[in-house]
Amino acid sequence: MNCPECDANLKIPGDASVGEIISCPDCGADFEIASKNGAVCELKHAEKVGEDWGE
Amino acid sequence: MPKLRIVFDRVRLEEKMLEEKAIELGHDTKMIDAKITNISTESKKNDFDFGDVVLERCVSYFRGLHITACLEFLDIPVFNKFEVANNCGNKMLTSLLLKKHNVPTPKTYFSFSSESAVETLEKQGYPLVIKPIIGSWGRGVILLKDRETADAIIEVRELTDGPLDRIFYLQEAIKRPPRDIRAIAVGDQVIAAMYRTSSGGFKTNIALGGEPVPCEITKDLEDICMKASKAVGGGILGIDIMEDEKRGFVVHEVNNTVEFKGLAKVAKRNIPKEMIEYAVSSAVR
Repeated sequence: MNCPECDANLKIPGDASVGEIISCPDCGADFEIASKNGAVCELKHAEKVGEDWGE
Repeated sequence: MPKLRIVFDRVRLEEKMLEEKAIELGHDTKMIDAKITNISTESKKNDFDFGDVVLERCVSYFRGLHITACLEFLDIPVFNKFEVANNCGNKMLTSLLLKKHNVPTPKTYFSFSSESAVETLEKQGYPLVIKPIIGSWGRGVILLKDRETADAIIEVRELTDGPLDRIFYLQEAIKRPPRDIRAIAVGDQVIAAMYRTSSGGFKTNIALGGEPVPCEITKDLEDICMKASKAVGGGILGIDIMEDEKRGFVVHEVNNTVEFKGLAKVAKRNIPKEMIEYAVSSAVR
């Protein structure tokens, strides 16, 4: 599928799961896999690192 | 077989390792995205599929803490418990509990205004380490070497002025080798430990490029980790320890949603397996 930001070709590994982050190799935008049905993925913009993120 | 659910908000390598291992062990396993989960005061356990036990693995501390409260409201066993997450997520609460339970820990000073923080610094002398009471990966942890640095950091805090910026957590700078120890405690055992060497500065976080090196789990290390674990309420914990030149081991942090991809590279035991087996056996007990 293509990057929703810059239209570059996004290669999503077959074993990628919902909740994983995919980065566009061209524009660097980060997307979260929101849903996955076979090879069809729905992407949404990934959340930014928050002040409370971590362990 | 008990049903295991992993509550997440971002799937990191750790969550994938946990899911894979749980499936391999034969558990009915599902991943549940906290971001799209709605719970209310009217909710009942049977409205959801939270299984028999939940591993709370959110990368956002507040999100994880609050969904844990909701899960406990629904009478679902969660690791870690709300009380433990609360104790570990706030460095001030952790320090107070460690000291209260006689766990060796660095001297730490708490001030509740910038004026008082300056007063503490001038009284105790430099350097002291300032840390945000909430936060991870070494972010905002700064060695205050002199008054000039302290004034600059305090001024930035005044400008941002978030509610947590008004709580000043100042800790003695421990004289130690350029490394610290990260141990993972699961229940009443330390299952793995590593040295984290500094990647240049005084911080040793793996998230900042610190290198994992295997660390022997001696009786002394096991003892201090178990005391620290009990102090915060027990569970699945990442315990950070420094080697003080004079006092020996001191515990400076206990982490609630422990990251282990660095340690997994050098650990002899299988970390996700130990975590899953502990959660499942504790829940069905």
